[in-house]
Amino acid sequence: MKTVSSEKAIWHLLESVSDPEIPVLSVIDLGIIRSVLFVRENNHDSSDHQLVITITPTYTGCPAMDMISKQISSKLEEAGYQNFEIKQTLKPAWTTDWMTETGKEKLRSYGIAAPVGKSFNNYDLSKLKIPCPQCGSENTSMISEFGSTSCKALFKCLNCKEPFDYFKCH
Amino acid sequence: MKIKAKNDSAFIQYLLHLGDNALIMSHRNSEWCGHGPALEQDIALTNIALDQIGQARNFYQYAAVLINESSNEKQTEDSLAYLRDAWDFKNCLLVELPNGDWGQTILKQFLISAYQYYLYLELQNIQDEQLAAIAAKSVKELNYHLRWSADWVMRLGDGTSESKKRMTDAIDAVWSYTYELFEVAEYENILSVEMQCKIREAWIEKIKTVFGKATLAIPNSQWKQRGGKLGVHTEHLGYILAEMQFLQRAYPGSEW
Repeated sequence: MKTVSSEKAIWHLLESVSDPEIPVLSVIDLGIIRSVLFVRENNHDSSDHQLVITITPTYTGCPAMDMISKQISSKLEEAGYQNFEIKQTLKPAWTTDWMTETGKEKLRSYGIAAPVGKSFNNYDLSKLKIPCPQCGSENTSMISEFGSTSCKALFKCLNCKEPFDYFKCH
Repeated sequence: MKIKAKNDSAFIQYLLHLGDNALIMSHRNSEWCGHGPALEQDIALTNIALDQIGQARNFYQYAAVLINESSNEKQTEDSLAYLRDAWDFKNCLLVELPNGDWGQTILKQFLISAYQYYLYLELQNIQDEQLAAIAAKSVKELNYHLRWSADWVMRLGDGTSESKKRMTDAIDAVWSYTYELFEVAEYENILSVEMQCKIREAWIEKIKTVFGKATLAIPNSQWKQRGGKLGVHTEHLGYILAEMQFLQRAYPGSEW
């Protein structure tokens, strides 16, 4: 019989599933796992529970989402889970406010500036002070609000002259 | 306002209309891939295309669920995108117009992004939970599309004499297609009259503000092009579909 402690085990397992585009981030760091539940199945005897993991997409068109679902499935199968379902929900809409502090730290050390501020403010990126992930200087400027993936914008550091990605506050 | 039953065909048509606008716009944007005037702008347009295709997928997935619930059909997001013909598409004519030069591309993007932005702002408060959720998710992305395209309209309109001429020509070429955005089709009655007015007023206000900063003028002409919302399209849509649907038509059911 599955218990609360085994839900913890699933959360732990999910820490090893990484974002295919930014491999230093786990799906937990990204804040896309909305819930992990063992649900009793009505048509079976009471000891049978189905694992339901609910995830939410970052951006609507992000091609990493299908990949992430597959990676979660294979990770669960490897660990011996068979009766599970991965659901997607759009509500509430994903926000970088759900990104963990460890996640932000991992981003910086990977060379990507972490989201600044809270998502409910509608920022004009060109007016933000984004610290350079290389040298820490705030003397930076925006090159483009769009970058190599949906979640990033392009910046450059005017101090160390390095261009860098900024993970947009969303 | 009371929402219609979910399996109501008007509601399904409305979802297809929203999806078609996003899909065809996405396709036009994707034509710039590898051809943008600078790498950053090429990337910006393809990012916008990606957001639009994601939004189209959400609308189609939801429409497919409702169609299958109310009939014996087995529609999917793919069958709705790849296996309907031009007269089944309900997108506004504005999104299917050719890109033209960079100025016309930017202008179309701005007019449509402003429209989608204010439309989704209203739709996120609608009673239907799934449609409201899709709108709430999409409006966050539209923020970027609108700011980027508005910046470019100002830069080009208030730029050199050449860039200003290009923008003026673009406005002359596409303005007559903007009226259709606000000509309410029967299936759009899910939006209350108050909502429709609010969207239209916010849109025109935004256009005036940005055109003002860009030293551009709204044309006086009242000539209106219409038809797309009801499935009567320009010849351009056929060419888009021919390219987009070729693979599924020639090799039915093929996958990556």
